[in-house]
Amino acid sequence: MNFEFFFNNLPELTITGLAFGAIYALIALGYTMVYGVLQLINFAHSEVFMYGTFATLWTVIALNAADANGIKLIAILIVALFASMALSALIALALERVAYRRLIERDAPRLIALISAIGASFVLAELMGLRDRIAGWFGLEDDLSEYVGKARINNSMAGTLEKPRFDVAGVAISSIDIIVIVAAIGMMVLLDQFVRRSRLGKGIRATAQDPETASLMGVNPTRTIQVTFLIGGLMAGVAAFLYMLKIDTTKYDVGFLLGVKAFTAAVLGGIGNLRGALLGGLVLGVAENWGQALFGGEWRDVIAFVLLVLILLVRPTGLLGESLGKARA
Amino acid sequence: MKNLGFRDKLTGLPKPVRILLWILLALFAYALPLLELPIISTPGVDFGGVLFTVTIYCLVALGLNIVVGYAGLLDLGYVGFYAIGAYTVGILTSFHANWPLLLAIPVAVVAAMVSGVILGAPTLRVRGDYLAIVTLGFGEIIRLTAVNLEWLGDARGIKNIAKPPNIGDEKSGLFEIPHLLWGNGTVLVDTEHPTKFLVFGYIDQVPYYWMGLTAVIIVLIADILIKSSRVGRAWEATREDEDAAELMGVPTFKFKLLAFSTGAFVGGLAGGLYASRQGFINPLSFLLLYSILFLAAVVVGGQGNRWGVLLGAILVAYLPQRFREFDDFRVLAFGAALVLLATLRPEGLIPPRRTVRAKQLEQELDELEQGTDEGEEAARV
Repeated sequence: MNFEFFFNNLPELTITGLAFGAIYALIALGYTMVYGVLQLINFAHSEVFMYGTFATLWTVIALNAADANGIKLIAILIVALFASMALSALIALALERVAYRRLIERDAPRLIALISAIGASFVLAELMGLRDRIAGWFGLEDDLSEYVGKARINNSMAGTLEKPRFDVAGVAISSIDIIVIVAAIGMMVLLDQFVRRSRLGKGIRATAQDPETASLMGVNPTRTIQVTFLIGGLMAGVAAFLYMLKIDTTKYDVGFLLGVKAFTAAVLGGIGNLRGALLGGLVLGVAENWGQALFGGEWRDVIAFVLLVLILLVRPTGLLGESLGKARA
Repeated sequence: MKNLGFRDKLTGLPKPVRILLWILLALFAYALPLLELPIISTPGVDFGGVLFTVTIYCLVALGLNIVVGYAGLLDLGYVGFYAIGAYTVGILTSFHANWPLLLAIPVAVVAAMVSGVILGAPTLRVRGDYLAIVTLGFGEIIRLTAVNLEWLGDARGIKNIAKPPNIGDEKSGLFEIPHLLWGNGTVLVDTEHPTKFLVFGYIDQVPYYWMGLTAVIIVLIADILIKSSRVGRAWEATREDEDAAELMGVPTFKFKLLAFSTGAFVGGLAGGLYASRQGFINPLSFLLLYSILFLAAVVVGGQGNRWGVLLGAILVAYLPQRFREFDDFRVLAFGAALVLLATLRPEGLIPPRRTVRAKQLEQELDELEQGTDEGEEAARV
């Protein structure tokens, strides 16, 4: 127990924790939306996020961000953000089509959808992990070595970005942390308004409440499900971009642990509840970072799960309860 | 429907014939590693070792089937109980004490069971999907604790775990059993590398397979007895409709806890046997991935049907070993196979008879309500 370190660095620890929590929250949205509409755990969502991190990395390499600065660097980063969102959304839609649609239409048992998603998750992760071999089939591994090399180890874009820190009342704050937190909360507010006010959002909530009645009222269930996956994918893309800004490094299996954490965050806040995902993510991120400072880094993940078990014992449906369908219009 | 036909034929046979068939099947299973059949046998890996892994998966699948299939509780942290079994054996026989294995295994099983009760008592009150994530967290907590605690051997793990006691002389055992050797169209008896009955050594894995298979058969018989008892019916009632079961006088919470700890019992047993064969364990043997593989075995095979679950376990454990020539692409192929199996056979490879009957009944009702397909067509015209 390192109380001195903990209390001396409390503000920094909190802000870093919030930044991690914001990323968890953005990924958690994908789980929570799909769960709200379909009541199933979209296990492959972590891979949707992983593809986003690679889209960011590849854009940064392709546009040579290491040599750019000023306006040009910002433009490159914006392109990277859109590339990340686009690839993640594409993967999410493909996932819905291949792994889920048939099962949803046949009203199959929910557990089997989980297995299908697990299979899809393996396929997606391994495709990325074997990309050097797959490029080899086309004789491209040398031309693309910047992109497909190091397929099984860490791929880094460290050094392309300066990350200035600034002092606020004696507390050193990383500019990246602030960007991450603000961007994540901004996206959440946007999404929350979208689901509450827009036509598509109303359709999503109606389907979540009662799919049959919703389809009788003219909501196309297949379309709604697609939109749900699309939004989850877009948010995962944003999360992936922010994650790369903060961490710089990715790997073909980076999604797994983050996915588990994000799902934990979704459950913590009350699965199916958008605001719950945000709250759950932030709480989890801060708790982890505090716990890490107190007990040492090796206990980080243990703290996350112990917290989850404790909260579920007191509030069995998460902090805010489940309510994608029940949110007021 | 084919399953049903097969089953009816089987139950139609006179009892002595049926028992004889079962005994023959068991004998064949015991002899499998000695026969070294072409096609089935795994090239490049020791067939006996692969078969041992298959029996461990079978045990785990049977245990998890009680939790997921019979009682309907989604458990994503089953590997935690498996780890508790393995670590208890490791600690008692090598790391902190010097017990014989036969004494350590019962303790390991009880430890797993107790941890099942400790985990279940507070968490089984939470609803389905929350239970999944809580159990997932439990599995990870167990593994990370093992990584971080020196008392549990941290990331390096535990070495020199006791082997089962030999029967007979250590050099040659009671007697030696030769393997078969399949040449180009001819069958030879390979007397140079016989299996010694019953020496648990380092190279020959066949005795371990026999041990695993014996455990599977015992658990299978226990499973048949429990399933057809009051307890089995209470589990199924709880799974189908908890409130209705409670109203009918089934104390659902108690039975869920019982299912959980029974499952943990079997998981602990499997972990203990695994640790003893392996000789050393470290936290990498208990990744979350294994919980997922175990669950895949149960669901792909057909949750709730013990034969389906066994088939699922055999597929999940055996296929990656058999197709080693795919090498790096094994996991990819396995994932694709999961997606295909799930979308093509959503009820599992061998669904429980009740599900099949319910499906048939539903279809018949639909036909009665809407008329046959042709009638509907005519009506539309």
